[in-house]
Amino acid sequence: MTEMSSRLSGPASHTVTARSVWPKPINTLINALINFLTRPRRLAPLLACAWMILIAGFAFAPHWFTAYDPLEGDVLASLAAPDAEHFLGTDKLGRDVFARIVYGARFSLGVGLGAVAISVAFGVLLGLIAGQRQRVLDEGFSRLFDVVSAYPGVLLAMLLITFLGGSLVNVAIAVGIAGIPKFGRVVRAQTKAVQDADYVVQASIYGRSRFSAFLVHVVPNVLTVVPVVATISVGTAILTTSGLSFLGLGPQPPTPEWGLMLAESRDYLRTAWWTGVLPGIAITLTVIAFAVLGGSLQRHIEGRAP
Amino acid sequence: MTSTRAMITKRIAPRLLTGLLVAWGAVTAAFIGMHALPGRVEDILAGDMSWPGLREAIAQEWGLDQSVWSQYVGFIWRIAQGDFGTSYVMRQPVADVIGPQIWPTVHLALSAGILAVVLAVLAATLTAGRGRIARAAASLIELACVSAPVFWIGLLLLLAFSFTLRWFPVSGADGWRALVLPAVTLALPTAGLLAQVLREAMEKALVQPFVVTTRARGIGETLLRLRHVLRHAALPAVTLGGWLVGGLLGGAVITEKVFGRPGLGTVTLNAVLSQDAPVVLAVVMLAALIHVLASTALDVAYVFIDPRLKVQ
Repeated sequence: MTEMSSRLSGPASHTVTARSVWPKPINTLINALINFLTRPRRLAPLLACAWMILIAGFAFAPHWFTAYDPLEGDVLASLAAPDAEHFLGTDKLGRDVFARIVYGARFSLGVGLGAVAISVAFGVLLGLIAGQRQRVLDEGFSRLFDVVSAYPGVLLAMLLITFLGGSLVNVAIAVGIAGIPKFGRVVRAQTKAVQDADYVVQASIYGRSRFSAFLVHVVPNVLTVVPVVATISVGTAILTTSGLSFLGLGPQPPTPEWGLMLAESRDYLRTAWWTGVLPGIAITLTVIAFAVLGGSLQRHIEGRAP
Repeated sequence: MTSTRAMITKRIAPRLLTGLLVAWGAVTAAFIGMHALPGRVEDILAGDMSWPGLREAIAQEWGLDQSVWSQYVGFIWRIAQGDFGTSYVMRQPVADVIGPQIWPTVHLALSAGILAVVLAVLAATLTAGRGRIARAAASLIELACVSAPVFWIGLLLLLAFSFTLRWFPVSGADGWRALVLPAVTLALPTAGLLAQVLREAMEKALVQPFVVTTRARGIGETLLRLRHVLRHAALPAVTLGGWLVGGLLGGAVITEKVFGRPGLGTVTLNAVLSQDAPVVLAVVMLAALIHVLASTALDVAYVFIDPRLKVQ
């Protein structure tokens, strides 16, 4: 009896606070976002948001934040300690470290977002296919995910760079490919779960074709899991990217990329700690910010905020 | 002991088969990658040289003029025998190039792995379900460990313990002193992740009825956590194991570069920069095979760790 009534009242059990033209799951997502932005109840997500806004500012309008050029250095001021003039010091070529961190934001953010865009595009597509009721497709794609994730991310990226050559774009492609299985698996599991939900069954009882029910009911509900994983993944993508550019496989000098800055600092660490400490703080805080925001987004979507 | 036999046929055998399948897939993917990606092998080998007939000569020397299928079958056959081909750049068997470098890397990854498990178990057992401040502090440290680039952790440790305190050498691989900082560097991100998973699992386990029963028997808190709760919580951590082995191998490449240690990392990096595809492929396939082996072994171990699976 309970099963019967829950089937009949299917969609009604998915109540949302605001009515809109969007499909309900997307609406839930939008509500979660609004909720998060207007009623923050925790300090950590607020701080993460603030840092993110700052980094986004660095990426879009670096010249607002610093008057120095990230590439032109004053050789006479080589390895100057932080002072009033260069408040985070200078590197071996006398370039302002703060200016280089500011200008480096666009590379890290760009590669992180680009890599995750690749992972999401292919991961969601393959996950939706693998989640179908076809056993062969499911096994095939699931094993494919196993194969790709059998390669450690850094090594897979190194392999691809051997063939493609080292550059910022190729690093993004390599890191993006390494991230496909993560999204593929999550989306596959969610597709499997949603497909058998009462409201999808009900839609087909009401005469929707399987394909139409899939598009209208399954896909939007599956996509709700993507933003959380994607947010956290941007952070891990930035982490892997910085490692590859530390190895010299990404952008080449004099690009002000954070990982590359750290690689260049290794020989001067003894005398100039600021060159080796500050870009690392920038990377770490950015990765933490993405992780915290992802976690917070998840709590809001699941409705257990704060 | 019928249950053991049933377990072997129902769980372990299919898992081993899947592991074999994934290993074959990983090798095949590497082969496809070598042939499908731009930067054709002949071009890499020819480098800046060019004269009539050079490319054909190269193709013949490296067996590239044969059909793709016979190249593929030869490739798989040789890998099954442990022959990973010949280095383009060094003109000697890949096994001879990477063989001597495997041990320093395994040494580093293994010490880091053990250290990571010890640190994670300590952190999780000490802080799970305790006061707010202890948990917040532990999660903050873990989050920082997980989010910091491994090479940056290495640089910070160098700065503190080699340059400032002068306790450990800056680079090299002689003796245990040279191993301490690289092992700690590599262990911290893994330990952070493992501790996060373990603590969450332990906090879930601590509110289960069996904990109440065990407490009612009068067991001490430490023994309860170590003997009962930890075993329960270890299960989700074990499933992460294969992934962590891969992470340790990948991280070892970067850590070796920071500390100037010899090992697979240096060899791989040089091979990537000189486009020495057979060497890179061999290292990557080796890592993938170790990953598959580790995750298969852990999945099989899972059946023995979790007594509930025997009942079903």
